[in-house]
Amino acid sequence: MLRGITRLVLVLVGFIAAGLLGFGPAQAEGPSITAVVTGADKSPVSGVTVNVTNAEGFTGSAETDAEGLATIEVPEPGKYTATVDAATLPIGVEIKGGPERSINVLQGDKKALFPVVPAGEGGDSGGGGGGGGIFADITFDRVLQLIVDGVVLSLIIALGALGLSLIFGTTGLSNFAHGELITLGAFTTLVLNTTLGLNLLIAAPIGIVISAALWGWGQNQVLWKPLRKRGTGLIAAMIVSIGLGIALRYTILFFFGGSPESYAQFAGQPGIDLGPIFVTPKAIVLSIIAVLFLAAAIAWLKSSRLGKATRAVSDNPALASASGVNVERVISVVWVLGALLAAYAGVFLGMTQNVVWTMGQFLLLTLFAAVVLGGLGTIGGAILGSFVVGITVQLSTLIVPPELKTASALFLMIVLLLIRPQGLLGRPERVG
Amino acid sequence: MDMGFVLTQAISQAIGVTAIIYLLATMGLNIQFGYTGLLNFGQIAFVAIGSYAIGVFMVQWQGSAFVPNLWVAILYALLLSVLLALILGVPTLRLRADYLAIVTIAAGEIIRLVFKSTDALGGAQGINGKMGEEFYAINPFPQQDRFDFGPLSYTRNDVWVVTVGWVVIALLLLLTWALMRSPWGRVLKGIREDEDAVRSLGKSTYLRKMQALILGGLFGTLGGIFWAVAKQSVQPDSFVPAFTFFCYTILILGGAARVLGPVVGALIFWFLLVFIEQFLLLLIDNGTITFLEPTQVGPIRFILVGIGLMLLMIFRPQGILGDKKELALDAR
Repeated sequence: MLRGITRLVLVLVGFIAAGLLGFGPAQAEGPSITAVVTGADKSPVSGVTVNVTNAEGFTGSAETDAEGLATIEVPEPGKYTATVDAATLPIGVEIKGGPERSINVLQGDKKALFPVVPAGEGGDSGGGGGGGGIFADITFDRVLQLIVDGVVLSLIIALGALGLSLIFGTTGLSNFAHGELITLGAFTTLVLNTTLGLNLLIAAPIGIVISAALWGWGQNQVLWKPLRKRGTGLIAAMIVSIGLGIALRYTILFFFGGSPESYAQFAGQPGIDLGPIFVTPKAIVLSIIAVLFLAAAIAWLKSSRLGKATRAVSDNPALASASGVNVERVISVVWVLGALLAAYAGVFLGMTQNVVWTMGQFLLLTLFAAVVLGGLGTIGGAILGSFVVGITVQLSTLIVPPELKTASALFLMIVLLLIRPQGLLGRPERVG
Repeated sequence: MDMGFVLTQAISQAIGVTAIIYLLATMGLNIQFGYTGLLNFGQIAFVAIGSYAIGVFMVQWQGSAFVPNLWVAILYALLLSVLLALILGVPTLRLRADYLAIVTIAAGEIIRLVFKSTDALGGAQGINGKMGEEFYAINPFPQQDRFDFGPLSYTRNDVWVVTVGWVVIALLLLLTWALMRSPWGRVLKGIREDEDAVRSLGKSTYLRKMQALILGGLFGTLGGIFWAVAKQSVQPDSFVPAFTFFCYTILILGGAARVLGPVVGALIFWFLLVFIEQFLLLLIDNGTITFLEPTQVGPIRFILVGIGLMLLMIFRPQGILGDKKELALDAR
């Protein structure tokens, strides 16, 4: 199985590399602004006039084509204002967040998104509930884009799920505070980055290492090791982890407040077109690093002495202990590894989305879905489950409202448990 | 704002509407987790079904022949709750405890997200409107603006809501007490202690677990119905997994597998929660504490809840009233 995973990882690396070399970013000649006007479910809206102006008196205008795109060439990099002419919009709709966008053009093509929502919903989340004709919007490009988004999400899930699965495998703990390892990783890096002013490229590795030591090794030493010594039951430990999760989450809220933050660098990076798909360069780089992290972790588990010992403890702690494996040491290492991977997942999420106190909490159930789907406690299962869940979550937005995408993954997990309670790669054992 | 105000607030919240809602849900959890050992992490799903049934039937479907009045709507809500318990229980009750926990918490989230994204069920805005007119119409209290009980002051509707809430709780406590000393209740406790032993005596543990899930779910649904009627508003984001975890905190604080455990737990939990909040606000208000913002008081409460749950589970899993020997919180 591990060989299969290694192969999968290699294929993914190849895929991403090919994407970089083969397609290359679609460079426009000069700087330009492309307005993207889309309706519910990202369907294009054509025939909408978009005006672009700047402080120096430049004006340009274009009408969106069948793909909802309007490209306006601008003379030089700088600040521009793009405005959708409300009179040209279809009746009964408006632009979410107002018809104006201020855009900072650096080089090449800069996209400005104008999501169209029914009138009166422009202020809030809107968008969902497309009603009839959803299936008509399924295009090859969209499916491809969602699969790419799904792979990126899968990697984030896998980083969390592998640690969750390893901790479960070696200690039997269903760690409901694992989401907070992700949040803590992101916030530790945020403190180094914005409070201490370190560049993110330096802050992130330091933050991840600190997280692994403090939140992984430290947490195990201070809390879980003494609890194991006391002989605390697994259900009791699970409830302790729930309490810990609540306490950590609100401690972060206490110190950092509830509004989303972003890192000082790479925050508003423009995306690039790779053929039919649209990604940001940072997402590509972060994904490659994630693949390397996962591959290294798996290779370590597979071949190193300590890695083999880890798998032995997962299989049968008593037998491993009798064979001379230092079980406590293995568990310490697993906590460090789990926290390290989770911290990187936090930085990944923080860079591509936001750093916010609920980021790990929202991901926790998805992590559990991935781990249970793949088979609790198995390494290959955690990775496979993550990809199934991540891609399902994104692809499900083709047919269900976006708010329901997490629910689709949870539903998939429940259905699978009915058919195959041990998970995709789990050994058939008593789970009842 | 003074100490008297802080205490009054804390006492009125400890016996108020929110405490009653949590208490009803926790009493259900006591049957499922305390007596039977079912690790139901999705109690919020049953509460949500109760609230939404009332909201949808009384507001969205107002005047439909299918739901002539509130009492019929309550009946439907309870039927829907049984249906939910069956749907949840059939796949999960054969699973190991940790699987049951994960599946029930997931089911709760699915239900919340479906409510939130379906416009016919209120969507993200939830449902607001008159949900309990028939209930308030039979209010027997005399017509007057305020009712004062010492320092506590209630409106006429509040007195009625709180009175009915505690009467229902008293009746359900009596029911729990009677059931748990019956042979049926002893089988439930047997399942918690050793399922295989009970099975070897020829009892269908699956059936009993299902009955416990249904009964506990009905308690939670009553909490949800009470919520909708008392607050006249149903918001999807009220029904988050944290609700269930607070119920667990209340249950473990008071003492699981004790009839009065949830009551003691809920009274203390809400008193402390509100007392700490109001006391800190008082200290900030009169300048004793300068290093805190009023907005930081909310998180402090929840940090304390989290730490409290951890410490209880580690040092006193039997809570205030419980018996440590009776809580075999270990299954694998």
